[in-house]
Amino acid sequence: MRKARFLPDLCRDESSLLLFTHSMKKGEMSMSEYVVELRDCTKTFPGVIALDDMQLAVKPGEILGLIGENGAGKSTLIKVLTGVHQPDKGEIYVDGQRLAFKNPNESAAAGIACVYQELNIEKLLSITDNIFINKWIKGPAGLLDYNTMHKKAKEVMASLGQDVDVRKPAGSFGMGVQQMIEIAKAVLIDAKMIIMDEPTSSLGEKEVEQLMKTCRELKSRGIGIVFVSHKLEELFELCDRVEVIRDGQYIETRDIKDWTNDSLIAAMVGRTLDNLYPKEFGIKGDVALKVEHLEEGGVLDDVSFEAYDGQVLGFAGLVGAGRTETMRAIFGADPLDGGKIYIHGKEVKITSPSAAIKAGIAFLTEDRKGQGLVLPESIKTNVSLAHMKGFSSGMFLDFARIEAAAKDNIESLRIKTPSAEERAGQLSGGNQQKVVIGKWINTDADIFIFDEPTRGIDVGAKIEVYNVMNRLVKEGKCVIMVSSELPEILGMADRCCVMRGGRITATVDRDSKFWNQEDLMKAAWGGTLE
Amino acid sequence: MKKNSALSNYLGVIGALLILCVLLTIATDKFLTLNNMMSILKQTSFNALLSIGMLFCLITAGIDLSVGANATFCACLMGMLVKNGMTNSFVLILVGIVAGALVGLINGSLLTRLHLPHPFVSTLGMKNFLWGAALLVTGSQMIGGFPGGVTWLGSYTIGGFPVSFIVVVILYIILHVVLTRTAFGRSVYCAGGNMEATRLSGINSANVLTMCYVLSGFTAALAGIVSIGRSGICNGTNAIQPYDTDAIAACVLGGASFMGGKGTMLGSMMGALIIATLRNGFTLLSIDSAVQNMVLGAVIILAVLLDVFREQMEAKARRLQAAAAAKKEG
Repeated sequence: MRKARFLPDLCRDESSLLLFTHSMKKGEMSMSEYVVELRDCTKTFPGVIALDDMQLAVKPGEILGLIGENGAGKSTLIKVLTGVHQPDKGEIYVDGQRLAFKNPNESAAAGIACVYQELNIEKLLSITDNIFINKWIKGPAGLLDYNTMHKKAKEVMASLGQDVDVRKPAGSFGMGVQQMIEIAKAVLIDAKMIIMDEPTSSLGEKEVEQLMKTCRELKSRGIGIVFVSHKLEELFELCDRVEVIRDGQYIETRDIKDWTNDSLIAAMVGRTLDNLYPKEFGIKGDVALKVEHLEEGGVLDDVSFEAYDGQVLGFAGLVGAGRTETMRAIFGADPLDGGKIYIHGKEVKITSPSAAIKAGIAFLTEDRKGQGLVLPESIKTNVSLAHMKGFSSGMFLDFARIEAAAKDNIESLRIKTPSAEERAGQLSGGNQQKVVIGKWINTDADIFIFDEPTRGIDVGAKIEVYNVMNRLVKEGKCVIMVSSELPEILGMADRCCVMRGGRITATVDRDSKFWNQEDLMKAAWGGTLE
Repeated sequence: MKKNSALSNYLGVIGALLILCVLLTIATDKFLTLNNMMSILKQTSFNALLSIGMLFCLITAGIDLSVGANATFCACLMGMLVKNGMTNSFVLILVGIVAGALVGLINGSLLTRLHLPHPFVSTLGMKNFLWGAALLVTGSQMIGGFPGGVTWLGSYTIGGFPVSFIVVVILYIILHVVLTRTAFGRSVYCAGGNMEATRLSGINSANVLTMCYVLSGFTAALAGIVSIGRSGICNGTNAIQPYDTDAIAACVLGGASFMGGKGTMLGSMMGALIIATLRNGFTLLSIDSAVQNMVLGAVIILAVLLDVFREQMEAKARRLQAAAAAKKEG
């Protein structure tokens, strides 16, 4: 689908452009209004279209907000701009000059820098070492000239409002300073544009203020900034324009004054529900799982909820809202600081995953390769892993029963594999996920926690995962589904808890008037439903 | 299909052993005699015992570098008791085995309870500690005069067949069954393949790992008792002999990988036989011990290289297969 012409006001005659790029020399005045421009960019990964005719344009001395749901394509977009990924199609212009980045070095050389959410700091090395990594200044004998480097590092940091001892290890400073070190690196390579990927997510209030000050300072030097954030209020405070993307596609860019909270959320959500969700209803039973006042220092804050037999309870929220942490804590994977867990009315103490399994909880982790499967082992071994005692007769494993269970899993879950002996690592993502589901179905669990059960798998496999949930609730089991896809929650859940910042901010029933994407999204972004 | 691939896994190591035997038979007429065969089996026992513990640790993606020193230490501890007048074989063996297992428990606890990053460091430290301890308890002297009950395991033969090797074979069969047929055995492989997934499947991976090191300590102690029987003495300076290297070589030759998740009892047995045959051949051909060390070092590197190549080939085959499958679907 073709989007509305992105830059109607600009002359984009192909031939004149060609002439223009040919005649242009370094340092010559650019004719483009934009310092960096990405046009019609498409990037696909096996089975996924990550970017679909994506557009982005940043003016010099402008702060452009970039916003989109989880999985909208922000990370891929950033990685295309920084040369980590090469687009299948599309053009990148820097100062009006068309460039193609084969690797991150070429992007950096062109003046594009990025401060990633996960900072790239060598914590044991000094600030100076971090700033001058791979750009060392050498003295006459070829030895490193630390006097000059320290001096320069101090200057750059001071210009960013950080009066710090640059000889000290970077790790001895807080996140705010560490982020400034990354920005200093960008300043030092004369970056024309700096991308900040959720820079405030790990900062305190004071540090956010300082960061905003620095952004305005960089802006006044004519540097363009792309500011990716999950916090609407920050965008309204800082940005000149905000671009919304969704499902890998460019949606809209407006001046900040033309956006409102609601219009931003509507643009982000956009989609309509279709019949991708074959929801079937079970009969609501007793409270299967009751959680009271869960506390985990800095991660979970007074989390309480109830989940019923015969129902799917959805957990919505942004990445990092504490949904996975809640589930891991209930499953005994991480220690809790406080709180009570009741299963079918009886309080249980869960201190380890094996205790949780004994109490009847199954937990499908979001990271199936890292935490769900033993990749070098067979399907047979993997589906029996959580229930080996049950698969043993006396001292020995009963391979006939394991074989039968694996065959049953392969059939009922439609796992595409030549045999039950196949290594899990050789299956496709969707089939791997089904193996993990098989592992948990083979236990005697009553409560199934599915953390992002359909992430990264194709539509067909998704529907089969939904059918497993349908079957479980019809058998009267309790299902909890954590998902970052709101349509999935609206389609498959009977109730939904919304989390933000380690707290449950809203619980919405399927028949409530808030049971729609806009309202759930609003709650996930910190709004109140009333 | 699975049976075939399992057999082909052993084909290489069995073939290597056979070729080695043929070469040695041609090179010297002293090789293929009943006496020499029995002597090879006797030599195999010690390394095969150390290889048991090493294999379990390697499967969990760990390593136990203290097996050789542990064996020596246990022997020396028993020697100290003998020197102080203890003559009860049962007590001596019990003390040796408990000490060995205890060392294993410490190794395992350092890894799983105190969260040392990798057992390479802790067991290397343990090796040096035990070396010193072995010298300390013996006053740096060789001690002999062990009672018959202790030396029996390493010296007695039934019809020329060494008892130690029979014990080793029985142990290997039992542990083969444990590894392949019990929940614990599968947990060992799974912990090596993916520790976190195993833990989140409700298996106490920490205990599984600890058990592997305890087993390693136990078999090291047995090896120590065998060494007493073979030489009649204990000698603390043996603690820094490259026994651990021989054990690693046996496991790696038998298909174990430093990445964990791989390795079998049968493979390690073949590996141990190859090492013993090699050393035996060198002695028969009167090859300088310096050259012996060089060849053994090269064999280890070669075995690991082969393993790496095999992995790469398998990965490539899988990629091609996946690409072909994708083409078919698309």
